[in-house]
Amino acid sequence: MWGLDFSTLDWNEIGVASLDTLKMLGASAVFTLILGLPLGVLLYQTSRSTNGWARTVYTILSVIVNILRSVPFIILILALIPLTVAIVGVSFGVLGTIPPLVIGAAPFFARLVETSLREVDRGVLEAAQSMGASTWQVIMKVLLPEARPGLLAGVTITVVTLVSYTAMSGMVGGGGLGDLAIRYGYYRYQKEVMIISVLAMIILVQVLQMAGDRLVKHFTRK
Amino acid sequence: MIELKQVTKKYGKGAKTTEALSGLDLTIRKGEIFGVIGHSGAGKSTLIRCMNLLERPTSGEVWVDGVDLTKLNKQQLQSKRRGIGMIFQHFNLLSSATVYDNIAFPLRLAHMGKEEIEAKVNDLLHLVGLEVHRDKYPAQLSGGQKQRVGIARALASDPQVLLCDEATSALDPQTTDSILRLLLDINEKFHLTIVLITHEMHVIQSICDRVAVIHQGGIVEQGAVTEVFLKPQHPVTREFILGQAGESAQLALQAPHDGSSRLCKLTFLGEKTYDSILSRTARESGVDFAILQGTISKIKDIPYGQLIVRLEGEPGQIEQTINKVTSEGLDVEVLD
Ligand SMILES: Nc1ncnc2c1ncn2[C@@H]1O[C@H](COP(=O)(O)OP(=O)(O)OP(=O)(O)O)[C@@H](O)[C@H]1O
Ligand SMILES: [Mg+2]
Repeated sequence: MWGLDFSTLDWNEIGVASLDTLKMLGASAVFTLILGLPLGVLLYQTSRSTNGWARTVYTILSVIVNILRSVPFIILILALIPLTVAIVGVSFGVLGTIPPLVIGAAPFFARLVETSLREVDRGVLEAAQSMGASTWQVIMKVLLPEARPGLLAGVTITVVTLVSYTAMSGMVGGGGLGDLAIRYGYYRYQKEVMIISVLAMIILVQVLQMAGDRLVKHFTRK
Repeated sequence: MIELKQVTKKYGKGAKTTEALSGLDLTIRKGEIFGVIGHSGAGKSTLIRCMNLLERPTSGEVWVDGVDLTKLNKQQLQSKRRGIGMIFQHFNLLSSATVYDNIAFPLRLAHMGKEEIEAKVNDLLHLVGLEVHRDKYPAQLSGGQKQRVGIARALASDPQVLLCDEATSALDPQTTDSILRLLLDINEKFHLTIVLITHEMHVIQSICDRVAVIHQGGIVEQGAVTEVFLKPQHPVTREFILGQAGESAQLALQAPHDGSSRLCKLTFLGEKTYDSILSRTARESGVDFAILQGTISKIKDIPYGQLIVRLEGEPGQIEQTINKVTSEGLDVEVLD
């Protein structure tokens, strides 16, 4: 079929690459959420504040986030090599891709968090304040639960974006499906490997998106 | 219970400053239902939001139950606010929480134990008549039911004061009445001080003891509802009340009369409303009267009647009638 021969494929290698992709994705997603969520809350809180000091914090954070978001991911990987080595000891392989993935995706996720927090009705926040809630209580018991559907949608978008980032990190020897597709498919003209790798990533994205949509639907109360 | 002293609130800076409240003084007594009425933009919401410092006054003092809120630090203010419940025009319920969890919310904020919360919330659900809806989400409730949840939530922390910002403005007339009745019940049962903001005279008339009229950031008139309602002094107050009595009062004032007749407005209050004072007096003095317009209604639970009549007869006779009626305890205002 179209001159393709799938019989010679090394399924073992594809299996290993899939697993690597999942590892990168899992680890980077976890750290992205851990870093991005508080950052998003901080952006939201400081942007709303009337306090001059908080406004300054917002401006600085905002500029940093914008810079990180505007640098192409592939360049970010290269630029971050020293930092990556400092954090995880290596700059390649599954481990070496995680810091750039997180640093690339966390600001993106933080913006999504900030946006979904802005959607929360101010009246509800005020009601909580009128009941004597502290700022921390307002964040934990009102802001985040009320924004949950939006936050979950943001998580989905971020994780899907991370899938394509992991593929890009293949360019610099990151391992995983993207790496496989480029090494075999692109450099050695083994189209079959490329097709299977890409197919696997498409399925991955589909599954993630569907799971995310379901969660969002489950938690939507409006 | 609540005392505002020289409260001023300005929004914005420089040339764009708007003064929402200008040096306003107000005293609200313990256990009363106090209404504040005013047109849109008069400063009503700003005023009530100053009472729990959701809005911090630019200057002035806000005393609640013997404490000046403006002098408290953050923690003190938070704990003080637990004693001041608030309900809102748009309910402001947590959309992600069930009715039960919404009512339990202030109790969880105060770290109350689980069993205690359960017992308390069940009591409140019973009080507002929402037992069967305990596991629903706000989106599944009607406006009136949402406001009941709001009321239960506000009462959960056993406040001494309940602030209501246009609590019935998003509801239809029947639902409004049922919510007002609930507020009245609560006021009587728990001796709760209620402050109520509205732009509807009907709301004031139904449940308030005293009322203040706010206009352009200042109180232009205040007093017992019977007083303010039946004898409004300020044009804005008259406007609100006339808006209710409608055109018929206007028409009555245009009724023809000459030197041998006078237009009077008679006000009956309390039990006198049901007495036949006017016809008795007229019979005795030989004066005729035509009723041009009349109302009989209630202010909270006090009945009142108001008649616009044309008295016909000798000037002396009319004078005598007016004096007699006044001495019987009616209020007479000669309109021409
Ligand atoms: N956050 C704000 N920023 C700037 N101006 C404000 C703000 N809130 C209120 N104002 C202004 O203060 C004045 C009083 O507003 P307020 O909301 O207290 O009126 P209101 O009597 O509650 O009106 P309504 O019946 O429409 O709710 C208005 O002129 C309004 O434009
Ligand atoms: Mg208002």
